[in-house]
Amino acid sequence: MAQHNSHPFQSHYIPNTPKDRQEMLRAVGVSSVQDLFADIPKEHRNPPLDIPAPMSELELKAEMSALGRLNKDIQSNVCFLGAGAYNHFTPSIVKPLITRGEFLTSYTPYQAEVSQGTLQVAYEFQTMICSLMGMEVANDGMYEGASSLAEAALMACRVTDRGDIYILDTVNPSYREVVETYALPQGLNVKTVSTSNIKLPDTAACLLTQYPNFYGYMEDLAAYKRLTQEKGALLVVSADPVAAGMFKSPGDLGADIVTAEGQSLGVPLSYGGPYVGIFATRQQYIRQMPGRIVGKTVDAEGKTGYVLTLQTREQHIRRERATSNICTSQFLLALATTITMAALGKQGLRQVAELCYQKSHYAASKISHIKGYSLPIKGVFFKEFVVQCPQPPAKINQRLLEKGIIGGLDISRQVPNRMLLCVTEMNSRQEIDALAATLSEFSK
Amino acid sequence: MTSLIEHRRKLLMERSSPGRVGAVLPHSDVPPQELPHASMLRSEVDLPEISEPEVVRYFTTLSQLNFSIDTNFYPLGSCTMKYNPKINDEMAFSAGFGAIHPNQPDDQIQGALKLMFRLQNYLVEVSGMNAASLAPLAGAQGELSGVLMMRKYHQEHSSGKRLKMLIPDSAHGTNPASAAMAGFDVVSIPTDRDGNTDLAALKKEATSDLAGMMITLPSTLGLFDRNIAQICNIIHNAGGLVYADGANMNALLGQVKLGQLGFDVMHINLHKTFSTPHGGGGPGAGPVCVKSILRPYLPAPIVEQHAVGGKEHYQLIRPSKSIGKVAAFHGNFGVLVRAYTYIRTLGNAGLKQASENAVLNANYILANLRDYYHLPFDRPCMHEVILSAVKQKEEKGVKALDVSKRLLDYGIHAPTMYFPLTVEEDLLIEPTETESKETLDRFIEVMRTIAKETSDDPDMVKHAPHTTPVRRLDEARAARQPDLRWRRPEHVGSR
Repeated sequence: MAQHNSHPFQSHYIPNTPKDRQEMLRAVGVSSVQDLFADIPKEHRNPPLDIPAPMSELELKAEMSALGRLNKDIQSNVCFLGAGAYNHFTPSIVKPLITRGEFLTSYTPYQAEVSQGTLQVAYEFQTMICSLMGMEVANDGMYEGASSLAEAALMACRVTDRGDIYILDTVNPSYREVVETYALPQGLNVKTVSTSNIKLPDTAACLLTQYPNFYGYMEDLAAYKRLTQEKGALLVVSADPVAAGMFKSPGDLGADIVTAEGQSLGVPLSYGGPYVGIFATRQQYIRQMPGRIVGKTVDAEGKTGYVLTLQTREQHIRRERATSNICTSQFLLALATTITMAALGKQGLRQVAELCYQKSHYAASKISHIKGYSLPIKGVFFKEFVVQCPQPPAKINQRLLEKGIIGGLDISRQVPNRMLLCVTEMNSRQEIDALAATLSEFSK
Repeated sequence: MTSLIEHRRKLLMERSSPGRVGAVLPHSDVPPQELPHASMLRSEVDLPEISEPEVVRYFTTLSQLNFSIDTNFYPLGSCTMKYNPKINDEMAFSAGFGAIHPNQPDDQIQGALKLMFRLQNYLVEVSGMNAASLAPLAGAQGELSGVLMMRKYHQEHSSGKRLKMLIPDSAHGTNPASAAMAGFDVVSIPTDRDGNTDLAALKKEATSDLAGMMITLPSTLGLFDRNIAQICNIIHNAGGLVYADGANMNALLGQVKLGQLGFDVMHINLHKTFSTPHGGGGPGAGPVCVKSILRPYLPAPIVEQHAVGGKEHYQLIRPSKSIGKVAAFHGNFGVLVRAYTYIRTLGNAGLKQASENAVLNANYILANLRDYYHLPFDRPCMHEVILSAVKQKEEKGVKALDVSKRLLDYGIHAPTMYFPLTVEEDLLIEPTETESKETLDRFIEVMRTIAKETSDDPDMVKHAPHTTPVRRLDEARAARQPDLRWRRPEHVGSR
């Protein structure tokens, strides 16, 4: 416990001393701070609070680091795990820039005159997301990938005035579940369909797809576009932004709404959050879009400036008739992705994408040559692929961990003995070879 | 020559120069693999080409155009802009917490789960509830989770349809928006003259189709509703559930537990009460706490503790009747680490002191400004005080907006204004406990000065701010002619 002495606890986050408090109480005209809480029913005031005693920074850091050591982190271990969150290169400039207090400790830029930094970054983010995804307009960011896809489904229902959401069975199962959480209470229907047999009725609002799909493979978006267009439904694509660094953009392939998990672009894995959702669409749907949007304008002297705009879609103006209840843009993470995209630039993002492609294909080919292992899915994959293993992945992963390797996602619940592996630019040939060597221990 | 500000604010694409790079990547160390057919590939991505030092200076310069807690007093009502401790960020970025993958099996991340388990317990303790889920990623998502739980509960426990959700007219806009997203019909309940919920209006709406009521406590008027016990009774007697919007919990730590007052479900904004940085508009985190009757419905996942072979073991589980997942993973973990660090730093004594000083600071401002601005509710406030510029508007045509903009000239962020929507020309001022008496004294002096300036030179106040990087911006033009991204000059004017 902090401060082993007889003085009452004084927090280093609270400037008021007992003397300050006395002076202030006099000015207020009460004798004790507790008098200010008189509106609270007396019988419920000052309940016991069973929370540990205060701790000094010194003691707490030691305890936190002991807690952290109970985790197997990917800095001390090699990581081949993906499935929605990815170990990618983050330029060293990102952390010092996003932890600048002027960005980190500011609020939503409602006061535009003193928030031009945040607003201009948001405009840059919208610009880069549009370029990357091949879309016309983007918002400032959503919570993360799955809820972003769910919001896209809701938006498609508003645009088409229809209530049936179709979602491919190759979309991340967690994403499908989040779509249901959001859509079902509104009286909308969510139907999962197999890629081998997509039949859309006239009541379909949209088809939700993933690029590449949950198993790592690219699907024929152009064909999906023909299907949706024929029925007047929207094509919604949940994309990997790194894949868009080399593959034709979802927008080029006909997407009406593109969502994405932005974590791959400079956001720490951090056990699943905070991340940033990407949301982009066509100009014609802009007023149905959820989330914050920044626009360029001029000030009273004609100088360029940026403001939050088209706010009549939002909850603080429209309340129960808003396009969404969302009240954040995950700006700090959008900032991280903006800096990352700026640093990687035109050449760098392509290089990262191609490194992922080269290394994952090297790994896949190497593993498929190990006796007992095979690649059950045919087609073009990007950085993830499914491996049919000779033994349960849980067992294999246990062995891999002993060697300091975090293996792929166990997807045996869908098909026995299958593992979803992910290889990125962060994995060296040596690491891939070590992975293959350990896998071969289980060879039949 | 372009001005310095124009030069500094040139956009990335306008700075791009072919051949420059901002990051050097390694060559591939594996044998070349066959690329997919060219028809699947794009030719290029239209991203900027800029060197690293230029990128760093650009973003650093932009940051300096912002007000922030680290640089300015930021008394933004109902947003709790308190100091964001640096140790919290350090912990969140540390390898043990920042570099773990959300798909790692539970046995590889026991430290993370233990932290989450403890945080669940701390939030349950502070709120007087029985169970918690850390899954919701923001206050609004916490609200949505909360009302979805209410909905599912009623579907299982009521014969008729309970779709009516009562929301006070002073509520934050996310409340009705969340209720609507969960399929409820929203009915607004007025506030009485003293700033409490209008009980007569409430009673009239407490009918058999009532699902419940969403209440912010203290309200967004900065007041603790004196009728709260009665309100909870009325709702419960009609078969409804009572939801607490925890946005203003900074007033209540260790003072009162909402669970004991009769609330059934609530969300907590970790980015307000528990000091995690707002980040210019996210990330936040909106954990939900519930009474036992709602525990089975909590959003997935939650963390449970078990003894395995005499050793404590933590695992993620899905509550039996969960409303489902609200995100791909398990919550905004980095924000949870920050809030956990904060709670451990302040401890029981510090949390209690935080609320006491937050409330004292707000009342100190009230006492010192009541003669200068109209006080719509003349009673002690909680952690924020609502003032109004009606006098200034009537006498000189100076509005709350103008007073707010003039504050910017003095290096102080504007209070929340025109919210709640029910008070004319209102300024909602929340100083928080992390501001010193000296800072409050200066704010008081500045507010008095602006009141004087309003009398002496109202035009000057109406055209404020005068010293910020830009002056008032043309918002109408931004909405009328949306310019939402940079385009190559030849494309300007075309769609």
